[in-house]
Amino acid sequence: MSGFFKSSIGRKYAMALSAFFLMFFLLQHLAINLLSVFSANAFNEASHFMGTFWAVQYVLQPVLIFGVIYHFVMGFILEIKNRNARAVKYAKNNGAANSSWMSRNMIYSGLAILAFLVLHFIDFWLPEINTKYIQGDMSGLLADGEGFRYYEELTHKFVSPIRVGAYIIAFVFLSLHLQHGFNSAFQSVGAPVGRKKVMKNIGKAYAILVPLGFVLIALYHHFNH
Amino acid sequence: MNLTLKIWRQADANDKGKMVDYKVTEISEHMSFLEMMDVLNEQLVNSGKEPVAFDHDCREGICGMCSMYINGEAHGPDRGVTTCQLHMRMFKDGDTITIEPFRAKAFPVIKDLVVDRSAFDRIQHAGGYISVNTSGNTQDANSIPISKHAADEAMDAATCIGCGACVASCKNASAMLFVGAKVSQYALLPQGQIEAADRVRNMVAQMDLEGFGNCTNTGACEVECPKGISLENIARMNRELLKANI
Ligand code: SF4
Ligand code: FES
Repeated sequence: MSGFFKSSIGRKYAMALSAFFLMFFLLQHLAINLLSVFSANAFNEASHFMGTFWAVQYVLQPVLIFGVIYHFVMGFILEIKNRNARAVKYAKNNGAANSSWMSRNMIYSGLAILAFLVLHFIDFWLPEINTKYIQGDMSGLLADGEGFRYYEELTHKFVSPIRVGAYIIAFVFLSLHLQHGFNSAFQSVGAPVGRKKVMKNIGKAYAILVPLGFVLIALYHHFNH
Repeated sequence: MNLTLKIWRQADANDKGKMVDYKVTEISEHMSFLEMMDVLNEQLVNSGKEPVAFDHDCREGICGMCSMYINGEAHGPDRGVTTCQLHMRMFKDGDTITIEPFRAKAFPVIKDLVVDRSAFDRIQHAGGYISVNTSGNTQDANSIPISKHAADEAMDAATCIGCGACVASCKNASAMLFVGAKVSQYALLPQGQIEAADRVRNMVAQMDLEGFGNCTNTGACEVECPKGISLENIARMNRELLKANI
């Protein structure tokens, strides 16, 4: 089996499996964010649960971090290897004739997402880790102790139009990445997606609706606070 | 019609090579692309110049020898055809046509538009066959029942002519469509089962060894393949390799 993951196809499987995990993560992230639109209370409860439940913090979170790093590192290695596989470039190449822009530019949409993740980490993840694990405040309460802090933190971040703008741009790239990536992951694990129109449509829907959801939530908070 | 051709000229494997412009006149739209190249070469020979070297054999779309990257696409702008089947009516009078060899590290240029595709042969030798005892007691293949669906899919995979357009078109110079087709044609038939695990392992290992890139599912190969080999074959190869490893 170790030989398998060293082969080109084994790596494809690994890339796809990390993609599945990340796509599942996105869905649950979106679901929790959506709560913030309907009920500050529900959002606070859900955030507190995710932020303090041991299985999420000590099992899923490390898996997620590993998955993200793996997906990026392998993506870069793949890109470099593939560039090397064609030493002399074509003088004229009509890529648009046979493949989508998204499929040919996964590295660039991926880089845009990476840039966003750095911002996102600084925005939310680092302060969260700081509060919980460095300052040791696991209560999830506001400084004055009056209720949970999560909803306040979220809405506070989306006041800045620059941040909201950056979010929108990032999610456009995420959508482009997913428009190829969703079905590509299924194809990689050997699912017969090639002929299944319905799979293509599910992929399109996921790739557009999920990023759109995040954008709408950001806009909602921007204009409501 | 009159055309300007921009053609890759490279004296041998070690030469750096460059694009050179040529003019051809009075090309009939009924000519095949290779016939147009013949006209150019006659012109070159008559003027004492070195003709453009290009691969070809059957000139009817079955041998897979003809190659050429024409205006940024393997086998040119038409679909489901090889370069020998490409008609000049796909172009317009006054057009400039860029003609390059198939490019991949695993397909080194030998001369001009001729590339060495023996990497494909080595992949085939690694497992693209079945071993049959020809002692005289060999079972007649037709006496083994095979479902119509499997037979059709195996036949579709077997139509791959090993031209290499998939590699040439792929932004990653990946050979997975070719190898997928070769693995599939046996994986779908009872005769292929006994050696199935070794076949896929060895063929994929050889493919990786040859320096082809990794597939990222862009689907360019499927579109440019003259035989319409589908991506399904790559998915099947991936399943076969997983099966062989568990
Ligand atoms: S899969 Fe298609 S493009 Fe690739 S070698 Fe076979 S016939 Fe040519
Ligand atoms: S020359 Fe045989 S396929 Fe074109």
